[in-house]
Amino acid sequence: MPHSVTPEPTPGGDSSRTISQATMDPESPDIPMADAPSPAEAETTKVNLEELFNDEDSDAEFGSSAPLIKSEEEPSQPEPIKITSKSTYSDPEIMRAFYQRLFPFRYLFQWLNHSAVPSNDFAHREFAFTLPNDAYLRYQSFPTADMLRRQCIQMLPSRFEIGPVYSTNPRDRKTLRKASAFRPLAKELVFDIDMTDYDDIRTCCTGASICHKCWAFITMAIKVVDVALREDFGFKHIMWVYSGRRGAHAWVCDKRAREMDDAKRRAIAGYLELLKGGDQGGKRVNVRRPLHPHLDRSLNILKEHFQSTILAEQDPWAEDKSAHLLNLLPDPTLRSALQKKWDSSPSRPSASKWSDIDNVAKSGALSKTSRDLLEAKQDIVLEYTYPRLDAEVSKKLNHLLKSPFVVHPGTGRVCVPIDTRKVEQFDPLGVPTVTQLLTEIDEWEDDESEKKVQDWEKTSLKPYVDYFRGFVAGLLKEEKEKSGIKREREENGEAMEF
Amino acid sequence: MIRHDYSRVDPKRRTHIDPKKRQFAKAEFQQQNYEHRLNFYILPPTAEITLEEFETWAINRLKVLSELEACSFRNRSPEETSEYMTSILNKYLPLRSNSSRSQSLQDERKKDHYSHFILRLAFSATEDLRRRFSRLETMLFRLRFKDDDLRERQEFVRSLNLEWEEVKEDEKRELRDELVAASRSKKGEEQDWFKVDWERVPELVEQRKVLLKRGKAYVPQREQMSLVVAEFTKRLDEALELTARALPRLDEDDRLAPILSHLSQSFNAPDAAYSSSDASIDGLSIITANAIDTLSQNFPLCMQNLHMTLRANSHLKHYGRLQYTLFLKGIGLSLEECIVFWRRSFKLMTDDKFQKEYKYNVRHAYGDVGGDANRRGRGYTPYSCQKILTEPVPGPGQAHGCPYRTFTSDNLTSLLQRVGINDRDVLKTVKEDVSKQRYHVACNRVFEHTHKREIKKVKDDGTWSATDLDTIVHPNTYFKRSWLLKHLGEGNAGIVNGEKMEE
Repeated sequence: MPHSVTPEPTPGGDSSRTISQATMDPESPDIPMADAPSPAEAETTKVNLEELFNDEDSDAEFGSSAPLIKSEEEPSQPEPIKITSKSTYSDPEIMRAFYQRLFPFRYLFQWLNHSAVPSNDFAHREFAFTLPNDAYLRYQSFPTADMLRRQCIQMLPSRFEIGPVYSTNPRDRKTLRKASAFRPLAKELVFDIDMTDYDDIRTCCTGASICHKCWAFITMAIKVVDVALREDFGFKHIMWVYSGRRGAHAWVCDKRAREMDDAKRRAIAGYLELLKGGDQGGKRVNVRRPLHPHLDRSLNILKEHFQSTILAEQDPWAEDKSAHLLNLLPDPTLRSALQKKWDSSPSRPSASKWSDIDNVAKSGALSKTSRDLLEAKQDIVLEYTYPRLDAEVSKKLNHLLKSPFVVHPGTGRVCVPIDTRKVEQFDPLGVPTVTQLLTEIDEWEDDESEKKVQDWEKTSLKPYVDYFRGFVAGLLKEEKEKSGIKREREENGEAMEF
Repeated sequence: MIRHDYSRVDPKRRTHIDPKKRQFAKAEFQQQNYEHRLNFYILPPTAEITLEEFETWAINRLKVLSELEACSFRNRSPEETSEYMTSILNKYLPLRSNSSRSQSLQDERKKDHYSHFILRLAFSATEDLRRRFSRLETMLFRLRFKDDDLRERQEFVRSLNLEWEEVKEDEKRELRDELVAASRSKKGEEQDWFKVDWERVPELVEQRKVLLKRGKAYVPQREQMSLVVAEFTKRLDEALELTARALPRLDEDDRLAPILSHLSQSFNAPDAAYSSSDASIDGLSIITANAIDTLSQNFPLCMQNLHMTLRANSHLKHYGRLQYTLFLKGIGLSLEECIVFWRRSFKLMTDDKFQKEYKYNVRHAYGDVGGDANRRGRGYTPYSCQKILTEPVPGPGQAHGCPYRTFTSDNLTSLLQRVGINDRDVLKTVKEDVSKQRYHVACNRVFEHTHKREIKKVKDDGTWSATDLDTIVHPNTYFKRSWLLKHLGEGNAGIVNGEKMEE
């Protein structure tokens, strides 16, 4: 267990602080994490944990006794973790190193606490841990970032989720005299977009796998939803997070959004939801004309993507799959004309088939008005490109959602924030994995400068943490201004009473 | 030691605050003037009314509210409701528009105002009552808002001073196309819009019926109702909460309290159309445990389902047992016979287990054991359709509830076929009713189908009046009516007529 005693207690520490990794005393007073486990203490917990988790270790190559022996042989010096191709992402040691050295607890705390001083916004917030043995531990809460960090290092959850702020501390919920005294008060408005909902229209991959082609679906979804949230609802603090495998989450953190009740969340979800009906339902988009300004704007954003992503890359109506396209056209005359044309040359790519619609219609095979056809085509564009939200996630105040920056257990990728200004450039397959990051720490070479560098700064996680830090700072600034105004008002009010 | 009591009043000034004198001093309150037909009930009434007025006005309003509740419970459409309610409102709580120039305009509005506040007092005590009261008052308000004179309504809305920003002409011109597209109005149709925080109109946002810009919703004039109604509900809910907190300190002699508690009690169960008269059916000899199998043909589907499940499994889960026990109690099965019935039905169970785990519940339902209140009230009331419909739906292995609601369409059809309903048209229309959530209409339809011949006969004979064949809203009424119809000509045809179902 080489990393169990890393005397590096503060991945969340102030970046300007200089900490010498080799000589540092974990109990030294200038470290914000005064309660970080002393080596001895850490050692005991570790042994227990080893006993606990050894059985769960699915990796046969790591025999249960081997790492233990090693740990006795090796001095308690920070040693690089032996990352081999055989390591799995949720190995206890890897997870421990990740939580100890990389996870940005400090910014996570500030983000959820909305100020630097610990408050109930953080202390009454529910966390739910998924433990290595797949047990699910709900209603965890922590007074400070350090306590959260400590429990993460102790329990090594494969991931954890964030729930609402409750009216009382979630850990005390059973001691309350009245059950109604424990109720959710606030949570970020969240959205979940998952590639599974696109399975009927993506041709490049299926199931859990993704490629750059199908990531384009998520990119356009982010664009459409983000602009609607900002322009229509006036939200400012929206963070998009890669879910680690094949989707994205949005966290809308404005105070106004956090305090919405279920009815309001449902209203927003309904406003953004367009596709109705299941796979068997036939045409799934039937919108009223004139198009609502939100849909009109979305259509303008999506048009290009339809050309590039759908027609060129996905090619959804190739060969004999054109039947679905025909079903979506309302005009029987046109349908049979197109059917005939495509039956004779089934190998035409989707782009040609799409333009065939207009060409054939112009040649006279149209029994309805050209306006009807245009609208039907718009509906098709929307059906193939409009965001498919998992709306249930957004509708409930007390729905839990995976925290940013945890590791996806299947891919090992860190759930990093997506910069919406550069959403097109985001590459899900380029997101660093936890093992890659740990290797980067070890490969990092000190560049003689005096400035002490945090572990995460040595890795390719840096831009993501920097982005997160900037996002949190913006949120905190606004919260501070708001409360400042409020305080001022209160003071004035008091002054007037006298 | 000399006590310096600074709070004591100078004796010369004491007369001014003598409470006795104050109490009989002339009230400084004045009669309110009601400019508008509609009322947000912000100011409580301050003038005096007689005790009798206090009670009758409240009862009249209560009557209106219960009828409204019955409408929603019977799934009447808004149009049907407003049609049905017109006569009731005219009778109990008339409220005419200014243009009617009626003499009694002010009196009507006063009555409306006062009765609202009396009921507020009566129904603020528990969360349940508050929610129900607020729901019904909102329905009433909406009903009146809708049929209010257009101009007067406009004036009323203006008088509310709701913080709505009217969209100015230049902004309207700028956003013209978007406004028109969002609000689904026709081109060229001249319209006005309000600007409010979108949180105030969540339903309109959800249906994409308004334009949104930076958190503001542009609400067209004609959607005004949902805004006003939402505001009404919001204020009423807040006020009810405050009333509830103030209630314990209600300063009164003991004239009002009994009236108020009586009112809230009668509101508690206006829909429980069950009365003890349902239990005594002439011509039906005393029911024994053995007779249930035969009688079950006359049971409504929910109870038939319970009965069949019981026979099939020799067991029923708790809620099913409770629902069924109360129904059996309602049809007149005595406690002793009921215990015999359950004992025999649970034939796979040892006596010991039955005594220990089941008997008590049956006795409790009959009010034979339990707290004082339970015993005095003779146990629980048999469940009405509403109660059954609003209960949580049954989980795995449970059979309680209303099958029209809980069964999937196919399973419902096969259940109906099992109880002998094979008529295709009936099955089809029942399916339609159920898909519109008109469970109750479906149940009544089945009743009318299975008793087609008998109903025709009593109608032709004129022995049953229309009220005797009113919509069934209670399983026990279903049984009683079914049994009487199936035993016509056994000297009981006139009985229903004679005793009038209690409402």
